[in-house]
Amino acid sequence: MNLEKIKLDIETAVPGCHVGIILNGSPCAQHSLLLDRDNALEVARFLRDDPELHLDYCSNVSGVDWLDTETSEKVKVMKLVEGVEQETEEVRKTRVPGYLEAVYHLYSMEKKHGPLVIRMRTGNRTDRITLPSLTPVWRSAEFQEREIFDLYGIIFEGHPDLRRILMWDEFEDHPMRKDYVEPNDYEYEPTPHDAVLEKSKQARAIEGQQ
Amino acid sequence: MDTELKNELSRQGIFTTTLEEVYNWGRRSSVWPLTFGLACCAIEMIATSMARYDLARFGAEVFRPSPRQADLMIVAGTVTKKMAPQVVRLYNQMPEPKYVIAMGACAISGGPFKQGYNVLKGIDRYIPVDVHIPGCPPRPEALIDAFITLQKKIDAQSLTGSNRPRYLDADAPSEFIVPEYGAHDLEPPKNVKLWNIIYKTAPNGSGTTSENEPGKD
Repeated sequence: MNLEKIKLDIETAVPGCHVGIILNGSPCAQHSLLLDRDNALEVARFLRDDPELHLDYCSNVSGVDWLDTETSEKVKVMKLVEGVEQETEEVRKTRVPGYLEAVYHLYSMEKKHGPLVIRMRTGNRTDRITLPSLTPVWRSAEFQEREIFDLYGIIFEGHPDLRRILMWDEFEDHPMRKDYVEPNDYEYEPTPHDAVLEKSKQARAIEGQQ
Repeated sequence: MDTELKNELSRQGIFTTTLEEVYNWGRRSSVWPLTFGLACCAIEMIATSMARYDLARFGAEVFRPSPRQADLMIVAGTVTKKMAPQVVRLYNQMPEPKYVIAMGACAISGGPFKQGYNVLKGIDRYIPVDVHIPGCPPRPEALIDAFITLQKKIDAQSLTGSNRPRYLDADAPSEFIVPEYGAHDLEPPKNVKLWNIIYKTAPNGSGTTSENEPGKD
């Protein structure tokens, strides 16, 4: 599938939408399209209904949690040191804010092609965590979007029945997020080691206080 | 009664017994398990009850679909935190005397899922377990072995004295707290009192495999 062509097709069919191409450097070279949140539903309808693409089957929806990242690079700068211009090294830090991502794998049963991978990203990881639901377009996304809502906390707008699916309703955390802290119930460990040893020590310390 | 005298009498065609023996024999020969399975261990449990391994030889073929008619709870499989309250509630609904076999790595400790956020680290955090069987899953022979161990344990119980089983002790509880769904974990995350109760009233010297005491190293 030629992503460049699909991108152009989308942009002519849905005016005003921004589609990005995310390259995958690994040997599989499965590149994907990044859709903007506002037009994603319309783009999804186009992908499904376009006679040439006809992506009628959504096989898989996954969530990804991207933490805030900080990259530092060394830059050479000319500076005045004691009246003499010298070349010094300076460390510049760039901070990329984190976001949550939903990834959809689309196939066409009729045309026998695919997968086309599309992604959507939230604004950040805390308060702008809304994405449009693609369940109205592909019914098979319903449970998987619920699972992402449960485990990652992405709110899918337009989902017909957005409830937790695996954890209980009273649960407040999102266990698949990278900063999730699990409850420490490691007070009995017959052969603790590494991370479990640390948790076990903590749990025993808490037990000792009670 | 003296064992030698008893043997001598039985050679002469006279059968003697005690009320305790008959009582325990009756109970251990008709232990009816509760029909429920939680994961892949349940497949082994089903195999155990079918013709090839034939749990019926030990009087336990009648799997009851209601906790009110069951004597034995075989916790066969992974107990997720979401499922734990229901398992404890089923246990509470069973009439005394009742027994629990924790079958497989998951039921005794959480098994391969121990470090997951969603799996209970052993059903003995909430209900007293008589026999633990390791294995992932245990073979039907292992379940039969656990069952025979349980029968030996029942046989060794005395009806009176400080050694008497939990259900003959009016002060000992027969129902345990059902955990509730909390914001981050089950509430309470474990029944602390439980581990003391089991070892205070458990009959000793029965050679059970339940001697691997939780809470101790």
